[in-house]
Amino acid sequence: MNGIHDMGGMHGLGPIEAEKNEPVFHARWEGRVLALTFAMGATGKLGHFRYYLERIPAVDYLRMSYYEKWFTALVERLSLSGLVAREEIETGKRARGSPKSTPALPATQVPQLIARRGGTQPQGGPSHFQAGQRVRARNIHPIGHTRLPRYARGRQGLIERDYGVFGFQDTDADGHPLGPKPQHVYSVRFAARELWGEQASPRDYIYIDLWEDYLEPA
Amino acid sequence: METSRRGTAGGAAAGSAHGAGHSHDHDHQAVPSDLTLRVKSLESLLVEKGLVDRAALDALVDAYENKIGPRNGARVVARAWTDPAYKQRLLADANSAIAELGFSGRQGEHMVVLENTPKVHNLVVCTLCSCYPWPVLGLPPVWYKSAPYRSRAVIDPRGVLNEFGTEIGEDVEVRVWDSTADLRYLVLPERPSGTEKFTEDELAALITRDSMIGVAKVALRKSGS
Repeated sequence: MNGIHDMGGMHGLGPIEAEKNEPVFHARWEGRVLALTFAMGATGKLGHFRYYLERIPAVDYLRMSYYEKWFTALVERLSLSGLVAREEIETGKRARGSPKSTPALPATQVPQLIARRGGTQPQGGPSHFQAGQRVRARNIHPIGHTRLPRYARGRQGLIERDYGVFGFQDTDADGHPLGPKPQHVYSVRFAARELWGEQASPRDYIYIDLWEDYLEPA
Repeated sequence: METSRRGTAGGAAAGSAHGAGHSHDHDHQAVPSDLTLRVKSLESLLVEKGLVDRAALDALVDAYENKIGPRNGARVVARAWTDPAYKQRLLADANSAIAELGFSGRQGEHMVVLENTPKVHNLVVCTLCSCYPWPVLGLPPVWYKSAPYRSRAVIDPRGVLNEFGTEIGEDVEVRVWDSTADLRYLVLPERPSGTEKFTEDELAALITRDSMIGVAKVALRKSGS
């Protein structure tokens, strides 16, 4: 969706505030939100994480801290999963007779969860583009989650490298994955001037990782 | 904002730097104070329902707070600076070379290493969310995930570098890598001159998180300072 999260190229969002000696978490609850998100994610029963982050209304998205957004997305995904009723989240009390059928992630499995390896990439179709080939990012505006940033749409670049086959991550308007649709992902090199015009340096380039479905020959 | 905040070292070093000198005037301070309670309440509910195990949550927090951080990436860079064969392997197949040093895992399943040279400077961003190479750099800092960096890194990379106190010559090519897919990028910064006699450990102590994101260069200073 053309949401506030798709920020590349926007102006006016303020100075970059780098904090010295920044702690990993600024408060205990931040670490708990991260851990809850992973532990519940391991059940495989929650909806698409990034889709629900992107569904946070724009004014809230800009106002909220990072882990507040994670918490908001987690609550939404839990409610929709059927594992937890909204009423239970509001009251903090387990409703009588609510199911306990999903086993919790045991601590013994945490190292495996963290050490997750990519493994073999899914088999996909042949690649349609080769390194050095000129391509154009499609001018499409999907309503669901997409990994094609707005600032690249309709712009031409050169295939830098074929990274091989990856599962497609886009969703439909309701957050249901369109994938796996395994297909090639390419590093595409865009001249900064192709993206931003004459104000950009002629010596700057932006590399974007794009799935085959996002590209057409130019 | 305070310019002192933008230090080129960017608070790089420790993956588990706790609190010391942390001043409280950031975005996260605007967080409603009831979040502590809401998160606690949700955790209790999920525990009561048997959906999460507190020990698993503790283990997850401990791993990201204390075990996984930019010191890992610094080991990789220091090895590449001192062992040409390793550097070659790192640039050709980052996953395997990084795993040689014992680092791998979630959000680093498909690593790519980008070499800075006198003619090319690389900078990493995720304009859509917060993609970042966790096994080598840990969880990303707030500024990396924030709107100002995500919005401007692609349209004005030299301006962004300037904000970090990093000057890039007009003749140098700047490459910005927007992490939009499953690939995760680590910058291999230039080794500063004057470090020819440094040991691998001494080199690793110089290497900052920010230099491996590409917003800073590695500066020569006494290790531990």
